[in-house]
Amino acid sequence: MALRSTGLRRSFGALAAVDGVDLAVAPGARHALIGPNGAGKSTLFKLVTGTMRADAGTVELGDRDVTGLSEVARCRLGMSQTMQHASLFGSMTATETVALAVQRHDGSRITPWPRRQRAVRERAEELLAGVGLAGRGSTPVPSLSHGERKQLEVAVALACKPSLLLLDEPAAGMSAAERARLVEVLAELPADITLLIVEHDLDLVFSVADAVTVLHLGRVLLSGTPDEVRASEDVREAYLGAKRREELFLG
Amino acid sequence: MTAVQTRIPVADAPAEPNRLRRGLPRIVAVAVVLVLAAAPLFLAPFATTTLTRIVVFALFAVSLDLLVGITGLPSLGHAAYFGAGAYAAGWVSINVTAEAPVPLLVGAATGAVAAALTGWITVRTGGVFFLMLTLAIGETVQQLANTWEDATGGANGLTGVPSVRLAGEPLVNAGYLYWYVLAIGVVGFALVWLVARSPWGAALRGIRDNEPRMRALGYPTAVYKYAVFVLAGSVAGVAGSLLVAQQRLVTPADLSFLTSSFALLAVVIGGAGSLWGACLGAAVVVLVRETLGASLDGHGPLVLGLVFVLVVYLLPRGAAGLRWPRRDKGRST
Ligand SMILES: Nc1ncnc2c1ncn2[C@@H]1O[C@H](COP(=O)(O)OP(=O)(O)OP(=O)(O)O)[C@@H](O)[C@H]1O
Ligand SMILES: [Mg+2]
Repeated sequence: MALRSTGLRRSFGALAAVDGVDLAVAPGARHALIGPNGAGKSTLFKLVTGTMRADAGTVELGDRDVTGLSEVARCRLGMSQTMQHASLFGSMTATETVALAVQRHDGSRITPWPRRQRAVRERAEELLAGVGLAGRGSTPVPSLSHGERKQLEVAVALACKPSLLLLDEPAAGMSAAERARLVEVLAELPADITLLIVEHDLDLVFSVADAVTVLHLGRVLLSGTPDEVRASEDVREAYLGAKRREELFLG
Repeated sequence: MTAVQTRIPVADAPAEPNRLRRGLPRIVAVAVVLVLAAAPLFLAPFATTTLTRIVVFALFAVSLDLLVGITGLPSLGHAAYFGAGAYAAGWVSINVTAEAPVPLLVGAATGAVAAALTGWITVRTGGVFFLMLTLAIGETVQQLANTWEDATGGANGLTGVPSVRLAGEPLVNAGYLYWYVLAIGVVGFALVWLVARSPWGAALRGIRDNEPRMRALGYPTAVYKYAVFVLAGSVAGVAGSLLVAQQRLVTPADLSFLTSSFALLAVVIGGAGSLWGACLGAAVVVLVRETLGASLDGHGPLVLGLVFVLVVYLLPRGAAGLRWPRRDKGRST
């Protein structure tokens, strides 16, 4: 397995946000993680990448147990994530942002003296073009639209040369065109990159994913092929239940 | 052949203004250094001494800007490393040798060691805790200077420091001393400037903007912050050794909170993150404190307080914000 979690658990006070999750993602898979709001998807991501410490459980990357490793070490072993809420560098341009990730992962040395960074810049611009941000490289990040920032997040994540790419709602806030570009990017991903994606847009999920795990109230409700998930009564129930609750709150 | 030759300038034409704009800061920098170097030739010795003090304080402010402006670590106790360097350089000048590179290297090493001893815990805190911890370090070091009389001379300070010597010759003349200070100041500035422009400097700015994201990108941010803390301490120590070369005296006031806050003020006036701005700010601070301050009945700090309030309200980006108005109108967040 490219990624395996066993019994992952994390509580916030009395709330068990992630409540004993076993997850197995096959190498090269396009694995989607879905579930209603508050299901614990983002928390699970953070436990996997080490951004947040788990209360219990283990995480294995490939055949290596990374539970005790920091986020930094896990990133260097090939985990790369985008955040649900785009979180970037306010004083930098798009190219500088990607270059920061490129210089860390392309083997060029991070020297405390200036050095020619032409290769780094070129790679950064290539990555920007790849996600649909060609020509936007010199734009300051705060001037990018919300959707563009999400595209930039994807470029940054790819710049880390991941073997396991985790995208948390990458399409949220994207325009239809940006969304279409994202689907292309995901389709073009090299086969040796394993993808784990959280997404609410089920059309996007079913067009990309070859495996789906449904999370509900911090637990795995179902794990299977897209068809199995689509057919499942429980899943419909979970989503409908969530909808009904929303209507309750709104009404 | 002619066709080719005419085409080249045409192709190059749009690049011309850009190249000029990129070359301009370099030309200005060289001009400023030349004017500074020539200054003692037409300044009175008193003015040369003030200029010397400005250069010393500017290097100190630049080292602080590396922390505050570039890395986003707002230290309130940076004078501890400045003062530690000054005391060590003074002590070695009195007891061992005042021969040129020695006090300088001792100052640099002392600043670095002091920062290395205090930095590891400090950089792992953030927000208010960082402010309080750096403040506490500053106070502690000042107490140490006050009480460790054998080495520091206590409240009277370390007096009777001999002139720094260059190749055996003591630099008594104000002009020669100024050139010595200026040369080291320029080298120190260039060092910090190079660091700020390096890939490492880019990582420091990333930490300032968004440290959690930098960790997610695989940067061990605590290590980066610790390293820059030590470097800034070392540069402050060098500035301290220049201070003692100029004053021939170090007192606990030199590592007081007031000294730290004057340096912070210089950084804010210049625009945090802008190194030349910090130098400009240092000039303003020293001039107000020494020139205006005397004529204002010792109310220099009050005037500086007013300057601070004005700068914060009128120039949130400091002097650096004056020169280059931001063009990105679409700034949304
Ligand atoms: N840092 C935190 N402190 C307290 N509670 C939290 C924290 N992070 C998440 N939670 C809670 O944990 C639960 C799971 O949150 P999480 O963000 O993982 O859900 P999600 O599946 O990503 O939801 P969404 O689809 O809205 O992004 C929610 O009830 C949330 O309120
Ligand atoms: Mg979420």
